[in-house]
Parts: sequence; C-alpha cells; structure tokens
Amino acid sequence: MTGVQGFLDQLGARKQLDAEPSWIAARRQAGAARFEAVGFPNRKNEEWKYTDVSAIAKQQFALTDNADFDRAQLDAMMLEIDAYRMVFVDGVFSAELSSLEGLEGDVSVEPLSQALASNHEAVGGALGRLNNVDFSAFSALNAAFTAEGAIVRIGRRVALDKPVYLLFVSRKQDAPVMTHPRVIIEAGSQSEATIIEHYIGEEGAANLTNVVSELFVEKAAHLVHYKLQEASTQEFHIASVHIEQARDSHYRSFNLNLGGSIARNDLVAELNDENAVCDYYGLFFGRGRQHMDNHTKVHHNAPRTYSNENYKGILDDRARGVFNGLVHIKRDAQQVRGYQNNANLLLSDRAEIDTKPELLIYADDVLCSHGTTTGQLDERAVFAMRARGLDEAMARGLLTLAFAGEVLDSVNEPNIALRVERAVAGKLPDRFNLQDLVEAQDA
Amino acid sequence: MLEIKDLHASIDGTEILKGINLTINPGEVHAIMGPNGAGKSTLSAVLAGNEGYEVTQGTITFEGEDLLEMAVEDRARAGLLMGFQYPVEIPGVKNVYLLKAALNAQREARGEGEIPAPEFMKLVREKLAYMKMDNSFLQRAVNEGFSGGEKKRNEILQMLVLQPKLALLDEIDSGLDIDAMKVVSQGVNSLRSEDRSILMVTHYQRLLNHIEPDVVHILMDGRVVKSGDKTLATEVEDRGYDWLTEGSVA
Repeated sequence: MTGVQGFLDQLGARKQLDAEPSWIAARRQAGAARFEAVGFPNRKNEEWKYTDVSAIAKQQFALTDNADFDRAQLDAMMLEIDAYRMVFVDGVFSAELSSLEGLEGDVSVEPLSQALASNHEAVGGALGRLNNVDFSAFSALNAAFTAEGAIVRIGRRVALDKPVYLLFVSRKQDAPVMTHPRVIIEAGSQSEATIIEHYIGEEGAANLTNVVSELFVEKAAHLVHYKLQEASTQEFHIASVHIEQARDSHYRSFNLNLGGSIARNDLVAELNDENAVCDYYGLFFGRGRQHMDNHTKVHHNAPRTYSNENYKGILDDRARGVFNGLVHIKRDAQQVRGYQNNANLLLSDRAEIDTKPELLIYADDVLCSHGTTTGQLDERAVFAMRARGLDEAMARGLLTLAFAGEVLDSVNEPNIALRVERAVAGKLPDRFNLQDLVEAQDA
Repeated sequence: MLEIKDLHASIDGTEILKGINLTINPGEVHAIMGPNGAGKSTLSAVLAGNEGYEVTQGTITFEGEDLLEMAVEDRARAGLLMGFQYPVEIPGVKNVYLLKAALNAQREARGEGEIPAPEFMKLVREKLAYMKMDNSFLQRAVNEGFSGGEKKRNEILQMLVLQPKLALLDEIDSGLDIDAMKVVSQGVNSLRSEDRSILMVTHYQRLLNHIEPDVVHILMDGRVVKSGDKTLATEVEDRGYDWLTEGSVA
C-alpha cells in the first residue's frame, strides 16, 4: 500500500515509546489526522508549485529499529571535527557511535527519546511550539511519527567550547525506510553555540528523511546553525526549520545542500523583539536530475529587527532549483532592515531555476531590498584562465567556486567549507595550500 | 621557435588572414605593425587558440609541435603565453590563486611537482616588486577593479612568473600612460634572453622605442607585405602604409 494510507499503515508498525506521555499521543493523533485530511501536496498548492513530491507518495517506506553501522565506514563519511556528537542511523540513536565526552555544566545534549523518558514535561513546552501540524503535510507526518530526534539545551550565559554535531546517516537497504526526526535547540539567554546538522548517506540509499527542527534563541544568545545536506542522490530530504528569536539575539543559518533526489527546506524565522538579527546563508548545488527547493521566510514581528539573506544556487545537467524567499514586516514593526539576495548559476542549458522573492511590508519606515540574478559562467574568463595553462575543468571549477564565494567565505568551519568546495569545484588546488601561502606571506 | 607557413584564417566565412609566413628564432624580438583591419588581432587570436576563428590553410609550428592541434591550455603549458589587449576581469578568483595554479599546471606538464609555498611566495614577491605592484595585488581578484595600466602590469607579472618561451604581446601599450609604459616595457625587456622570443603586435611605433625589436613586419590585408629592421617602424610612422601596398603590387 502506498500513498497516504500506506504511510498511515506504518503508524501501527512503529515502535511504541515506553509509557508514552498522553500529550505525545495526542500530538501524534493530531498529526495523523491532519495528514490524512490534507494528503501529499500537489502542484496546485502555491507552496509546492515547482516541487513534485509524487515520487515520495508513490513509494512505500518502512520503519527501522536498529542503528547498526560500521564504525570505520562512519569515520570515513563524517566531518573531521572536534565536537559533541550524536549519531542517528536511519533515525535511530546510536550511543555507540556518539561521543558526548567532556560535556559539562549547564548544557544537555541528548536523544529526544531519552529526554521524554526522563522528564517529558520539560520537552512539552518546546516540541511543536514553532512547528504546528498544519504547517505542511510533512510536518503533520513528522508529528504523527514523533519518536526520536535530538534535544540540545544550552544554559544561560554558557559559551559552548565545541560545536554540537548532529549526524544523520541514511543506509542503503533492500526496502527504503523513512525517518521523522525532531531537532530541538534551546539557546539560553546570552549563550553562544554552534550547531551542525549533517545529513549523509550510503551511495544508493533511497530513504525518506523528514526532519523538523525548532530553535529557540533566547535573549542576547548567539547561535550559528549549519545544515549540511549531503545525502545520496536518491534520497528524499524534507526539512522544516523554525526559529524563534528574542531581543538582541543573533541567529545565523548556513543551509548547504549538495545531496538528495528531492531536497526541500523550509526556513521560518520569527523575530519577536528589538535588535534580533537573523542571517540566512544558503548554497545549493544540483547535478543530474536533482531537485532542490528552498523556501525561506523571515517574519519581522517587532521594530528594529534585522535580517540579511544570501542564497546561491548552482545547477548543472538537468537539475532544477527553486528559491522562494519571503521577507514579511508586520504592522508597526518600524525601522526594520531586511535584505535578500538570490543569485543562480546555470552550468548547463537544461538546468532550470524558479526564483521568487517576496516582500510583504506593512510598516512605513523600513529599509528593504531584494534582488535575484541568474547567469552562466563567463566564457571569456574561462578562456583567460586556460590561456594561463589551467585545464578547462579547473578553470570552470575556480569560477564556480568564486560564485559560491560570498556564501562560503562566511563559513567558519573549515571542514564544512572544504566539503562544499570539493563538491562544487571538483579538482582544485588544495585550499590549504592557499593557507600556506597566506602564512608564508605573513612570515 | 615559431614558424607560420601560408596561414589562412577566416571568421564567419570571411577570410582575414590570406597567407602569412613568419619565422621567429630563439632570442628574437619581433614586432608586427599594420593599419586597422590588417589582421593583427586575428593573428594573435589564432596563436592564442581563441575559438571562433577558422584556420582554412597553412601551418603553425611551435617548438617542433603542431600548434593548431594543441588545446589553449597546452599552448600555455608548452611556453606560449599571450598578453591580452583587454585582460578579462575574473571576479572572486584571487591573483595569487591563478598564479599558483598556472605555475603548477606548467610544472606538472614538465613532470615536476608543485612548487613549495615559500619558494612560490619569494618568486612572486620579487616579480611584484619588479612590476612596482604591492603585495595587496595578490589578494585581489584577477583584474577586478584594476585600472587599465594595472591590468597590463598584471599581464606582464604573469609572464615574469610563468617565464614563457614565446611571449605574445597584443597591443600591450594600449591605454598606458608614460610611467606605466616604462614599467611594462622594463618588465618585457627583462624577459629577453637567448632562448626566449617575443612577438609584439602594435599600432604605434612608440612602443618600439621602449622594447627594441630585431625584426619588424608590416601586415596589410592579411599578408606580411614587408619585413625589415626597426627602422621600418619609423618609416611607416612617417610615411603611412599606402606606399607599401603600391610597392608590393609592383
């Protein structure tokens, strides 16, 4: 059985939580009911106009309950990064592959199932507060399957010494599986932290990852959030990321998409009090027949809130991209600044981008701008570089990388930048040779 | 070094080069002059490997190899470098990156390893100083926001770092003020050696006061109508080009 009913049938197969709290059961039912009522979105739905998810609806996905994965294989796939790490294999938490050693003070990093088991009431306030079941069919589905995920709580005034690394691994198996993780990040007032969400998969993995993230950035907290999506090119990746910002808070998102057959990201930020600053950086690079869709929204709900968005799309072969960015300024939210930019580079004649910036402004004293451009590599520059001896692939790679530069240069995690660079530019002179150069120059 | 035989080339079906013969030996500096439309730019473009020009007849041999069979990048790696009349801006690609990648491509083609960073920096700094460019140029994107003079100096800087066997300079003097002209020609003159050749394409004899050629060729209507020593340049400057066509008909 496929389609809506096929998904609902899996609910029965789901592993029950031990002593599931009643509010979770209620949410789950609400999610299932909502999903049953709305079904999968079709292209008549404005939010899904350019993204056809019928391939997901047609597929039957099972659930898995084990997190078996080879350690050496994981080491080869994951970021080489000094971090507090939680690993999920097809959505199932693996204590064995995780590493939370050295975590101390007013910080907790734990799987959602554990947090629910130990004190479910402490989770109840956050879970679902920003992402209601009616946000989308996929959100409803995620609610219906609520079971596992990550919850990170950073106490007041805590400056985390290392990033929190949430690694989601998708396995290749005979029958595809689906996972519905929920990520909750609570950044306490004046705290500072970096969160890395990383999605990887074995080659050929064709699972559905349907994640919902809810991030609470309290007063004067600074949160940097990397979402690096490097799933296999057969994977379905759907993500909804919701951010709530308090006064003087700073949130910076890097939404970096390289993988997936269909990859859809929804980002929704609520800037609820003065001097909240939200930076959205995005990069998507599609090849083959990959489809990448980014829908971003910033709601300026209070005066003197600031947003800055820069999304870069690079599409090759027959890949398709969608960018839809909304900046919404509420009535009386005066002296807001909201900037948005989307630039796309098409490397092939058959690649396609649909881009739609939207401004909704209900206040009169604001500074806003948006711009979008779509172009191709400058062939004269390719020639000029070849005329200096660079082969064509390297010339194109360097130029493509230069296009991505504005976003990549802001990435402060070298290992993440390197992954993206390699994916985007292929064979290149080593980035760290350049580092040598700079050092030699300073010497 | 370079031997061009009976070269015919056309663009969009129109023949521009109508049988060019030219031989450049190691160590020689040649200049090609000619009126507008004579085919100077086409000749440069064909040598550089610019697509869009069709060679319909003739051969070009560079160091014993068939140049026309070589890809653009292979020409550069083999030691034929073009200094462009209009250097292209390459936003986002740093000068230092291009220089290093170019030098390593050349070394790789010769079967050598990558140049160590300190050695590279020493080399580049020395050449920068020679071209009176400060170190900040390295971190700037190639030619982006450069003045006309800076772009030309940058072309010569690349030559000094890459040390071509044959340097082609296409209107390298265009858009240069006197001071920049001095720096650029000083750079070019420092390239002169027994085993390196230079081919300049220029409109004006003035450049040849700064970079003295061994041989001057006059190109008109797609053919070399006269070759001679540097006095030929002064002569066309004084008398114009018309007398040459009359002479060649006679």
